Amino acid sequence: MSEIKKFMYINRRAPYGSIYALEGLEVVLIGAAFDQDCCMAFVGDGVFQLVRGQDSTQTGMKNFSPAYKALGDYDVNRLYVERESLAERGLSEDDLMELTWEDEDDDWAEKPSIRVVSREELARLMEEQDVLLNF
Amino acid sequence: MLHTVNKSPYEKNSLETCLGLSLDGSDILLIEDGVYGAIAGGKASAMLLEAMKTRQVYALGPDLAARGIDPGRLVDGITVVDYGGFVELAARNDRVQAWL
Repeated sequence: MSEIKKFMYINRRAPYGSIYALEGLEVVLIGAAFDQDCCMAFVGDGVFQLVRGQDSTQTGMKNFSPAYKALGDYDVNRLYVERESLAERGLSEDDLMELTWEDEDDDWAEKPSIRVVSREELARLMEEQDVLLNF
Repeated sequence: MLHTVNKSPYEKNSLETCLGLSLDGSDILLIEDGVYGAIAGGKASAMLLEAMKTRQVYALGPDLAARGIDPGRLVDGITVVDYGGFVELAARNDRVQAWL
């Protein structure tokens, strides 16, 4: 029908203090459902969205971190995390959830979705997109 | 690419993140509360001067006027544009990214 566009969703806010992260995730899933080429970037406080071990039970808020694990099933399998943002917050890749996707072109092999990239690499990736949306 | 920034640098890090992730040759347009970052001597002055070595920075005149910011008080090198200029920047660049 229409041409496929390259979408990048840039997540820059922590998960529970505002609605941005949850809403951003919803929009990504909508874009993916419309068969667009979607990837995500996590910059600044956005990297906190991917931290493992989130448990919001006592706050009464929904823990939506498991939803990131569904992204691979929607062919959203490139989650770029800015290395500098992790380092500035005392985090490393080991602090992030293990997110994978199954590559149907490679006998459904499980592959990692998270790719830690430098600020410079991320800037270049942004130039390759057709549409960029910030949350 | 055209980058718009609509948040004050005193409240959010949108401008700093934008400058860190924009390539040489980019156009950066400060709009709404983003124009507070354009005032010379302010927190964002140094990073804007550094950015302007390789990128063009603009501020939206109507948003400056609304906030009582005299264009003469802006960091040297920032170009003030009107709404027509905003449209021109959007048309001249192949993409726009809105840093919120």
